[in-house]
Formats: sequence, structure tokens, C-alpha cells
Amino acid sequence: MKTSSIIILVVIAAAIGALLMYSVNFSTYDTVSSAKQKQGQYVHLIAKLDKSKPIQYDALKDPNYLSFYAVDSLGNSTQVIYHNPKPPELEQSERVVLKGKMEGNVFECNDILLKCPSKYKDNKQELEKSVSQY
Amino acid sequence: MIFENEHLLPGQVGQFFIILAFISSIVSAISYFTASKSQLEDEKQKWIRLARGAFFLESFSLLAVFIGIFYICSHHYFEYFYAYKHASKELEPKYLLACIWEGQEGSFLLWSLWHCVLGSILIFTAKKREAPVMAIVNIAQVFLVLMILGVYFLNVRIGSSPFVLTRNELVGPIFSQADYLTFLKDGVGLNPLLRNYWMVVHPPILFLGFASTIVPIAFAYSSLFTKDWGGWVKAALPWTLLSACVLGTGIMMGGKWAYESLSFGGYWAWDPVENAVLVPWLILVAGLHCMAVFNSTKNALRASYFFIILTYLFVLYSTFLTRTGILGDTSVHAFTEAGTAMNVLIGIFVIAIPIPVFFMYFKNYKKIPTIQKEEDISSREFWMFIGALILFLSALFIISITSLPVYNKIFGSNIAEPADREFAYNKVLVLVAVIVGLLTGASQFLKYKNTGNKYLIKKLSLPFGIALAATILLAIFYPSEFTKKGPGFLMAIYFALFASIFSLIANAFYLRTVLNWNLKAGGAAISHLGFALLIGGMLISSGNRKVISDNSKTGLVIPFAKDPTGRGTEDPMENLTLLKGVPTQMGKYIVTYVNDSASNEKDRTFYNLHFQKKDSVTGKVEENFVLTPDAYRMKDNNLTSNPGTKHYLTHDIFTYISTISVPIPESDTTTFKQHDMSIGDSVFYSKGYFILNKIEKNPQNERFNFSPTDTSLVADITVYGNDGTSYKAYPALSIKNQELNFINDTVISQNLYLNFSGITGNNKFKINSKETDKLTDFITLKAYYFPYINLVWLGLVIMSCGFVISLVNRINAPRLYAYLSVGLVFVFLFYMFLLANS
Repeated sequence: MKTSSIIILVVIAAAIGALLMYSVNFSTYDTVSSAKQKQGQYVHLIAKLDKSKPIQYDALKDPNYLSFYAVDSLGNSTQVIYHNPKPPELEQSERVVLKGKMEGNVFECNDILLKCPSKYKDNKQELEKSVSQY
Repeated sequence: MIFENEHLLPGQVGQFFIILAFISSIVSAISYFTASKSQLEDEKQKWIRLARGAFFLESFSLLAVFIGIFYICSHHYFEYFYAYKHASKELEPKYLLACIWEGQEGSFLLWSLWHCVLGSILIFTAKKREAPVMAIVNIAQVFLVLMILGVYFLNVRIGSSPFVLTRNELVGPIFSQADYLTFLKDGVGLNPLLRNYWMVVHPPILFLGFASTIVPIAFAYSSLFTKDWGGWVKAALPWTLLSACVLGTGIMMGGKWAYESLSFGGYWAWDPVENAVLVPWLILVAGLHCMAVFNSTKNALRASYFFIILTYLFVLYSTFLTRTGILGDTSVHAFTEAGTAMNVLIGIFVIAIPIPVFFMYFKNYKKIPTIQKEEDISSREFWMFIGALILFLSALFIISITSLPVYNKIFGSNIAEPADREFAYNKVLVLVAVIVGLLTGASQFLKYKNTGNKYLIKKLSLPFGIALAATILLAIFYPSEFTKKGPGFLMAIYFALFASIFSLIANAFYLRTVLNWNLKAGGAAISHLGFALLIGGMLISSGNRKVISDNSKTGLVIPFAKDPTGRGTEDPMENLTLLKGVPTQMGKYIVTYVNDSASNEKDRTFYNLHFQKKDSVTGKVEENFVLTPDAYRMKDNNLTSNPGTKHYLTHDIFTYISTISVPIPESDTTTFKQHDMSIGDSVFYSKGYFILNKIEKNPQNERFNFSPTDTSLVADITVYGNDGTSYKAYPALSIKNQELNFINDTVISQNLYLNFSGITGNNKFKINSKETDKLTDFITLKAYYFPYINLVWLGLVIMSCGFVISLVNRINAPRLYAYLSVGLVFVFLFYMFLLANS
């Protein structure tokens, strides 16, 4: 193959690659206040469970409805609605990544990623905590 | 201070062998490198002898290290941090191997052990290329052993040894006591997600795939080093085939594990960890095709070099992604961070081999021979090259999205992955599937150099027609229900489906008409056929996957709180609550949560769900089966559920538990009442009476599975309610590892708890009962209907067989030996499978 044809191929490849990347709608990591400004836009909210407010979940009545409050590192809080069962370890989580969008003052969540102590056995501090309970 | 009851010898021996392996790998690397530079045959042979000796010493040492880790884990020596983190007493012995590769250190060791195996074969087969090839293998070994070295250098710990002690790693008051080990009764144990037999088998396969990618790049290096362009391709081709086969199988075994053990309802989720291993495989396959082109036409040599070197770079890059904790928020199953020193070490490993080889490649680029004449557009090599390019581009696309956390780290940006991750990948890769399907179907009939148009039309028109007809029939009688992404994507699915069917049929035709079912020559066609089946199976099973636990259609919903968003029709209601003993309609099935049974493993419970499907007109029972999904509830309420799946030839019913009711609260004030009973005695409770039928020692049934070393007694009790109902209950006690365990049983509908606590002096049995008015037990279930999932697994098996056939055909060794060794591998795999399933 000639060098010129290789260059053409590389250019075409780069162009296709750029087009493909452009076709992907990337999301962003946000805080509560910046998410509120992006109403209806899909964002990733990094927050903590607000333990001072109630968690509403009753699987006997509706297993697909969970409501709780999340507070971010700046201290802003929002109600979160999640149409799925409550992750059992929600109360124990140290940090949550909520994927979804802000609708008015409510965060409609599609997916919750929890950072939990017991999932991270490589975390030495957690192991030390459990060892000192003896 | 002298600590009591520690077993320090195995760790000291193990650590000695780690250091010995490290030193001998350096000696071997240097000797091989010197040998490859040496011009004098005499001197060269001397160096090679030294290098071989060092390599075998290194292999022996690594094996000893492995035995050491196995020993401390199997003996539950929790004074070792590795055993404490990864092993536990209740863990069944079949998962011991999984414990070892759960941790960073164990998996690096596994990788280096495979290098030892591959290296030993290379020593006997690589002939004149032995020195440069083995030099590369040994450089990789130096790095891998460095990862588990755990030696301090200028106050920084280099690598992390599997033999460090718990008391040195953790800080806590108990470690200042001489008898601290009496407090460390049990280890943390294996992550419940990994307690699956695929987890015993899949990592060794995947790591063999990883380890084997070093051989092609080592051959490429040897040719760049000796300036013997081209000759390496023939020698490296069988190794590349082996790599592609093993890595591909390993990746899809991971998918099978995910399907059987993870609760996202599928075998592929475009998780960064999955993508990170898929990408090198795609590039490897691209390289494989270029090498095949070169073998036949002397074209595409430069591309072969490029793809093979890039494959290894991406294998190491995937290690970097999964092991440095950089994926953090984006992946469910990456390793957590191992410290800066470790990350730097992994970073150096990533570039240490591929970058210098790339440098040599670009320096010699002009000297690598090419054919000046352009390829004919009707030639096989032209389209094979296009196919390789497509695979390469799709790999780049996948890795550029997967690497988002890396960009964020470098540029401080906060880009997150797209809203619908799967769709973002699928919409591009479905088009790749169309092109790859058409290429793999048609290119078999193309000839090298050029092909007559008439011949092609004659051969291809029939498969084309059949595939078109089959696709149309499918669209009419079994339409894809994947409409939620719009008609455009649905069309793309049909195109991809057509392309896969076309490829399947064209390859089958090729086997029949051109090769006359001479399967030995048809490795490529068989692989392509398997691949087409795999892709087609994926399209059908994912496209028509249905959630059957759909509450909006069948379940009972009592809105109890005002939903501030207002429930839209698109909101998922995909989970169904089942009350214990209450039959509930779910899709076509009536499901009853019958009872739950404890397992031998701590915190694990099996939920017995009875499924029944009746004919809507006649009321005749058409299907009747019990599924037992299970869940681990950990101390901190963390729930890990394992799916229960009913396999049919044409579809699977896949279920998992998404919530379970909160267990009896600690504040439950009712206490057990003790009854001393003989066989046949009856005792009354508020709603009836129960009879002790018999006591069994170590029974083996679907409920209990005691190992021969346990001592257990199971009370067989029948409970008769006043309303005429009767139930069986089996409270038990067992002695395991000198610890007494009680396995209570409950008869929920009677609110009756039974416990068996021992034997009295006068040969009566202590049966305790308790009645409590707690809430009804319930579970929340998610269930899927997976059609034709078996096509995916069948496709995988066929593809791997194709690779093996090509591989055996390309080895110079006698056929008999080749088949014998392949057979041995299968026997080994089957043995592992039996072991894990025992």
C-alpha cells in the first residue's frame, strides 16, 4: 500500500472517529445547585444521603417508589425520586452518585451508585474499624 | 513482644521465593538480552544456558509462592493479611482458588505463572528467536514479580506482598496483645458476587489470554531486533490464534458469570472493565487478519506489526484502568486503589515494553518491505484489510468513551458517561456488526489477488437470498420488540440481523461447497460462523428481552405517598412484591413465594419461588417449576443477590431478588420456650401442635448439604395447624470447625419459630418454640424473559473451536501431539468445572 493511501485512510478514520464521538451525548458531574440550573438535562449528582429527612419506601404497597433527600458537599439538598426498589444499603452508604435529571425541585433518578463500606474490603480504615470492635 | 499461635514459617518461605523469583527473572532477562546481542555462537549458547536455568528457577519459585498463598488461605492463617482479607472458614473449599485471584497480588501471580508456562514452551519451540522473544517475556516477568515483591526502597514499599501480616497492616488495639489471634476468629472472606463456579474457571482463562498476548509482540520485537522482516509472522501466527481464542473465550466466560451471578439482567453491560478487555481482543483480531494476509500475499506487514504492538499496549492499559482505582465512580467491579507507589509501578509497566518496541517499529518503518502494487478491489486481502480497519476503529471508539475518567484526571474536567450507556455503544456497534457480518460472509468466497465477478455472484446469491428471506420471515413472525429507541435503530437491528444470518449461511455454504465438509481446513469459516451466531444471538436475545415482573400490568399498587413527579407511563415499574404464600400473577406465570431455606454459608438465604403457567382456556397446567434465587444479607444490611434462572432450550426465565423484608427486629421480646421431647412426642402451641418425627445425622438433601467433616443433627418435625393444614420444619444444629451453629426454621403462616438446641441428660431432644406476631415476610422480585440466549453460548463455543482448528493446522508439531495437548486442556477445564460444581 502507498503512503498516500495510508494517509487518506488515517484521515478518514479520524473523521469517522470524530463523528462518532460527536454522536455520544456525554453527561456531567454536578452539584445540586448546578443541576437545578440544568433543568431536564441528564446529569450525575454526587451527594450524600440526608439522614435528617425521612426515607419513604414501602415495598408492600409499591415496590417501585422510593423517595429520599440528598445533600451535596456545599450543603444544598434536594428530594430524590427513584422508581425502583430501595437499595438495601442506602442508609449505610457514605456517598451516592445519582444519575438522572432535575424536574423542578425534585431530582428524578434513573440509577443510584452507592459507595458502601462493606463493598470495599480493600479499604484499610474500614477493616480497622471492624477489627477494633473486638 | 512474642505473639501467640502465629505461623510465620510459610510466609518467610514464600517471601524468600518471591525474592528468588525476582532475582532470577532479572538474571534471565539480562542473559537472554546479552545472548540476543552476542555474535559468537559459542558465547551465545553459554548465555542462553544461563538464561534458561534462571527462567526455570524463576518458574519453580513462582509455583512455590502460589503454593504458599494456597497454604495460608486453606489453613485460615488469618495472621496473614491476604488470608484475612480473602478467605474465611465457612467458605467452601471449591472457592479457595477464587479467593486467591480475588486480590491484586494473587491475580498478578496467576498472570506470571502463565508466562512461565508459555515461556517453557517457547524455549523448546522458538529456535533461533528464543533469545529476543524470551528477553521480552522476562522483562514482563520482572515487572509482575515487582508488583508482589513488597520490599522497601528509600522508604517506599515497592509492590505488595501476599505474605504481609495483618498486625503490620492494620492499626488497632488488639494488635498490642500477644493473643490477638484469638480475636481474629474469621476472615472477611470472598465477595459473595464471586462465589460462582465461573469465577473459579474464568480468571485463569482470561489471564492466559492476557499473558499470551506477549508472545506475538515478542516475535515482532525479535524481527525488528534482528532486522529479519516478515519471518516472524509465520512463527507468531499460531500464538496469535491461541491468544484470540483464549482471550475471546475468557471475555465471554466473564459474560456468562455476569449472567449467572450478577443482577443487572444480562451478559454484557458495556462496563469499563468489560470494555477494557474487549478492546485488545478486537485489535488482536485485526492484527490476526493482517498476519493472515501477509502469509498469503506479502501485503499488510506494517499493519501486522502495528496491530500486534498496539494489542499489547491495550492489554496493559486495561490493567491500568482496572487496577489503579481510576475508574472509581464509573464501574461496579474495578479493583480499588492500591496506593501511589503501586499506581506508578503499574504505569511504568504499561509503557515499558510496548513503547520501546513502537519506537523500533517507527525507526525501521521505511525498511519494512511493502508491495508497491495496489491490491485489487476484488481480492480477499483488500476486504480483509478493510475488516481489520473496521475492528480497529470500533476498538478506538470503545476505548475513547471508556477512558473518560482518565481525561477527567488529566484535564480536571467533569465529563460523565452518557445517559444511556448501553445505547451510546450499541448504536455505533450495531453498524459495525452489519459491516463485519457482510465481510465475514462474503470474503470467504473471495480469492487472494483477485476474484472473478461471475464466480462471486454465483456463489453468494443463494446465501444472500436465504438470509434475506429468513430476515423477512423473522420480521413478520418474530418481530424485534426493541422499539424504544425509534425506527432508525430498529432498522439497524434488522440490518445487523440480516448480516449475521448471511454470514452464518455463507460460511456454512463455504464449508459445504468449497471445502466439502473438510473441517480441518475450515477453521476460519467455522470461527466466522460461530461469530455470526454469537452476534445474531445477542441481537435476538437482547432485542426481545422482556421484563415480566411488570407491576403496571399485573401487580397491585397502592400509592401511599404523593409522587411529586407524577408517575409517567415511561417510569419503570419493573419490580413485583411477593408476599409469602400468596400466589401472584406475573406475566404468564402465577408465582408463589413458598419459603426460604438457610444455606451452609453465613448470611445466605435461598428463596423458593414456585412458578406455574396454566392454559388460559382449559386451565391445564403447562409449566411447573421452582426457582431459587438467593441473597446474602451482610452485617450492615448490604444485600447481594444471585439470580435464579430456569433454562429452556429456546429461552431462559431469569429472576433475582431486589428487596427482602427486614428480619425480626432485635426488640422482639418473645422468647423461646424449651420442650424436652423424645421421638414421636407432640407439643401444643396456640394454633395447633407439632410432632418430632425423627432426628437425622448429616442428611444430604436439597435443603442441607453438610460436608463429611461436619457433625450435624437435623430434627424432622411436622406442624399441624388447627385449621387442618400441616407443614414440615427442620431446625438443625451443626458443629463446624469446633463451633456450634443453630439453624432455626420457621413456619411463617403459623408465626412459629423452631430451634433445636441439644440433647438432655436423659436422651431427650431440646426443641424450642417461639410464636411472634411479626410482619409477613415478603420479597421484591425482578424477572426477565430471555429468548434464544443459548445461541450466544453456542456461537461462542463454535467460534473457539474454529480458532482451535486453525491453530492445530498451523503448528508444525505432529497432529497427534497438537490434538493431544488441546484435549488435555479440555480435560483440565472439565475437571475445574466438576471441581467447582461439586
